[in-house]
Amino acid sequence: MNWEPVIGLEIHVQLNTDSKIFSAASTAFGAEPNTQACAVDLGLPGVLPVLNYGAVRKAVTFGLAIGAQINKRSIFDRKNYFYPDLPKGYQISQFEEPIVGAGKIRLHGSDAKAGNSTAERWINITRAHLEEDAGKSTHDLYSSSTAIDLNRTGTPLLEVVSEPELTSAAEAADYFRQMHALVRYLRICDGNLAEGSMRCDANVSVRPAGQVELGERSEIKNINSFRFVERAIEVEIQRQIDILEAGGRVERDTRLYDPDKNETRSMRSKELSNDYRYFPDPDLLPLEITQAFIDEVAAELPELAEARQARYEAEHGLSEYDAAWLTKDPDIAEYFEVTTNTSQDAKLSANWLMGDMSAALNRDDIEIAQAPVSAQQLGQLIARIKDGTISGKIAKGLFENLWQAKETNLDASAVDAMIAEQGLEQVSDTGELSNIINTLVADNPDQVAQFRAGKDKVLGFFVGQVMKATQGKANPKTVNELLRAALSE
Amino acid sequence: MQGFQNIQSLAAGLRAGDFSSVELTQALLARIGELDGAVNAFINVTEDAALNGAKQADAELAKGTAGPLCGIPIAHKDLFCTAGELTTCASKMLANFTAPYSATVVDKLQQAGMVMLGKTNMDEFAMGSSNETSHFGPCHNPWDLSRVPGGSSGGSAAAVAAGFAPVATGTDTGGSIRQPAAYCGVSGIKPTYGRVSRYGMVAFASSLDQAGVFGRDVNDLALVLGAMSGFDARDSTSSEQADPWLEGLSDNPDLNISEPAKGTIGLPVEYFTDLSVGSAELEAVRLQLEGMGYRCVDVSLPHTDAAIPAYYVIAGAEASTNLSRYDGVRFGHRCEDPQSLEDLYERSRGEGFGGEVKRRILTGTYALSVGYYDAYYVKAQKVRRLIQQDFLTAFTKVDLILAPVAPTTAFAIGGVQDPVSMYQQDKFTIPASLAGLPAMSLPCGMHEGLPLGLQLIAPHFHERQLLECGARYQQQSDWHTQQPQVRA
Repeated sequence: MNWEPVIGLEIHVQLNTDSKIFSAASTAFGAEPNTQACAVDLGLPGVLPVLNYGAVRKAVTFGLAIGAQINKRSIFDRKNYFYPDLPKGYQISQFEEPIVGAGKIRLHGSDAKAGNSTAERWINITRAHLEEDAGKSTHDLYSSSTAIDLNRTGTPLLEVVSEPELTSAAEAADYFRQMHALVRYLRICDGNLAEGSMRCDANVSVRPAGQVELGERSEIKNINSFRFVERAIEVEIQRQIDILEAGGRVERDTRLYDPDKNETRSMRSKELSNDYRYFPDPDLLPLEITQAFIDEVAAELPELAEARQARYEAEHGLSEYDAAWLTKDPDIAEYFEVTTNTSQDAKLSANWLMGDMSAALNRDDIEIAQAPVSAQQLGQLIARIKDGTISGKIAKGLFENLWQAKETNLDASAVDAMIAEQGLEQVSDTGELSNIINTLVADNPDQVAQFRAGKDKVLGFFVGQVMKATQGKANPKTVNELLRAALSE
Repeated sequence: MQGFQNIQSLAAGLRAGDFSSVELTQALLARIGELDGAVNAFINVTEDAALNGAKQADAELAKGTAGPLCGIPIAHKDLFCTAGELTTCASKMLANFTAPYSATVVDKLQQAGMVMLGKTNMDEFAMGSSNETSHFGPCHNPWDLSRVPGGSSGGSAAAVAAGFAPVATGTDTGGSIRQPAAYCGVSGIKPTYGRVSRYGMVAFASSLDQAGVFGRDVNDLALVLGAMSGFDARDSTSSEQADPWLEGLSDNPDLNISEPAKGTIGLPVEYFTDLSVGSAELEAVRLQLEGMGYRCVDVSLPHTDAAIPAYYVIAGAEASTNLSRYDGVRFGHRCEDPQSLEDLYERSRGEGFGGEVKRRILTGTYALSVGYYDAYYVKAQKVRRLIQQDFLTAFTKVDLILAPVAPTTAFAIGGVQDPVSMYQQDKFTIPASLAGLPAMSLPCGMHEGLPLGLQLIAPHFHERQLLECGARYQQQSDWHTQQPQVRA
């Protein structure tokens, strides 16, 4: 039978406010455990939550970017459950009346590789709501105890819920990537997956292709990387298909993905709570926002990927493919703009980014923000190719040297310093090159005769020899001109 | 005796040099030491803090610029957090809890120069109408030690009645200031919801809890309430609607009631049917008010009967989650040697909470559960709106409402065992709580040797009308000046 997966994602986006959503404690990552939890975060008796409007602004920013309805009145609810990293015994969230209503986001079709249609694909977003994060439990730090760090408690989250419209693990991962790019374009989240700044829960079900009714679903909790989203959903789809094909029934449950074993497994029922007893938090008034506030946020929306792509095509004459590639990630787009600004050549800059840079990033498995070669340096390197200081071939080596040197000086000047230090300038001096060529002509009469007999290819032999003699630094254009002149004599 | 003087006379004594704040404080501490063994109004007498505070107040008074509350002792209900002193909420759960912060109310009164004598007894987590659910034993009514002082703020009411403190703070969720004020023969006010910050008040039912004050007379209530009131950025439900008159009382402590009384006072018929105790006394009050120039008319508050069930659903629901934080993990009571997380929760909470608190947590949890939420919580909220609407409608016709405070006088300790009968204690106070209205209880008679109270209710933020009417009444009555004979 042909099975059709149906996937919906709930993505928790940590909003990058300085302080927490209901207290004044800092949200900075990496502090000593429990040093960034104030009385409100600890849930001490008598303290009260006070809403951080910075988080509201970021939520509205997001809503506007996905073309969603912004609800001028929304309600904070208490979601009740007991867990040691939830100090109050309830999480403040939004249940029936969230701040952001229905919107949609465009996928860029990274599925194209798999031969799927690259036609425009939109995924509907059901809603997005504000809530506070819980603390962090670590179960493997002490043998018989659980360690609790409440620094994360109260960090603002925007939970973005998609419609169950994603049809493959790859598409779900693509959606997650688009969301990641969007929140970073909007500067509402630092996007640091390793630090848990974006986490997602995936609802997965399968049904016979063509069936309208949805199959029973399972929820995979707390996935925090692009790769794991794809793998987790992949194995969960397969697990469900295996059950169905064996004549079994998929049970609704909540599962965790184990990346080491590449499997999902059911969470102990103790970790679940079926009845959260949501009700409006009486400590917080309904959140009312004005049209003027919404308009103000709208006026400050940054240029997003699609607009930027169009601009690159128009301003720089880049192809649709290149412009899309460069704008898929705001950090890459920023990098590209700085590189181009320095190199004054958008096309060459694009080629370098999509070629050598992309390959190096993949090889070292890092993001462009961590690249050891700065945008200014790459721009300078390209400028030096353009002005003939170095050859394209030497430039590739120079790029690699810069990369490995892990210079602390990310300034463009590091490029010129390295060119000088390693003597990488092209030899364009006709006197020096003529001497080499004259020697070669004298030493290789056979090849000279062949050339003169019309065998133009032999020129390559001579070019190679000149390059060998100059350790590749000879300016190829000058070498060509001088060789032709010498051989034609 | 200083124990029974009002603030105005104490402030005059302090300024005249009749006694210092330290001497006044020592005198009250001595009286507490002598008699509180019998009354049990205090959970914790903060002697050192009191004497230090009094010393500072004397220094302020010597400068000659101190306000009228400077140097005046006060007792705080033991659910206001007080930095450096225990805040127990009369619960085993918090028997060892000291907050690292003070409630806004405590801060403000301290800034006004008031001297904290100690923390008063109460029903556990403010859940009760008799002060019998306290982990630290019941508080006794100074008028008859075999009787309850009312609750939940029983200790504060008893402390004022017994001459331990001229004024005391309390909180009122469904009548917890007004009913004990009536039972102890003192004056008590619960202001409009939002008038006073809830920051640092241990929560029972957040949408109903409101701080207020007990005193010997309306003038004292006005002074202390003025100092407590005002918007607080730390409490999102505190109102930005300021009352310059109320907050400015400390500069001009006299209520200006020389003008003739005018306006209409409504008597809700639903409150007077079947009123067994106090109807004659309230009828006398009505005649007195009319004599002052008020017009008294009957009004109807048709949804009154639904108030108690709605209240116990809403208050229970909120309490059930407000009290989830007491889990033995970070503070408060923790069971010995927990075997698992479940065990830690079950035994810490099982041991730390008393029976009434558990009952409310259970009923509240039930009311919020899937399948019951609409039938209980949502319905109770609808009833709440109807009750609010009743009052709004009535206040289109009248300026104030006169009502009884409680259906009986103070009953014997142990005399009401059935929780549902106990909940009936609050039938006249709960409606104003559900509506968030300011309301006041004043002594208006004695019945078989026990005090009786009247209740005045005003529209939202109309504390001034309430206080002025009360002050007029006390000009022409002396019930508030009666004192019990307390014996050790």
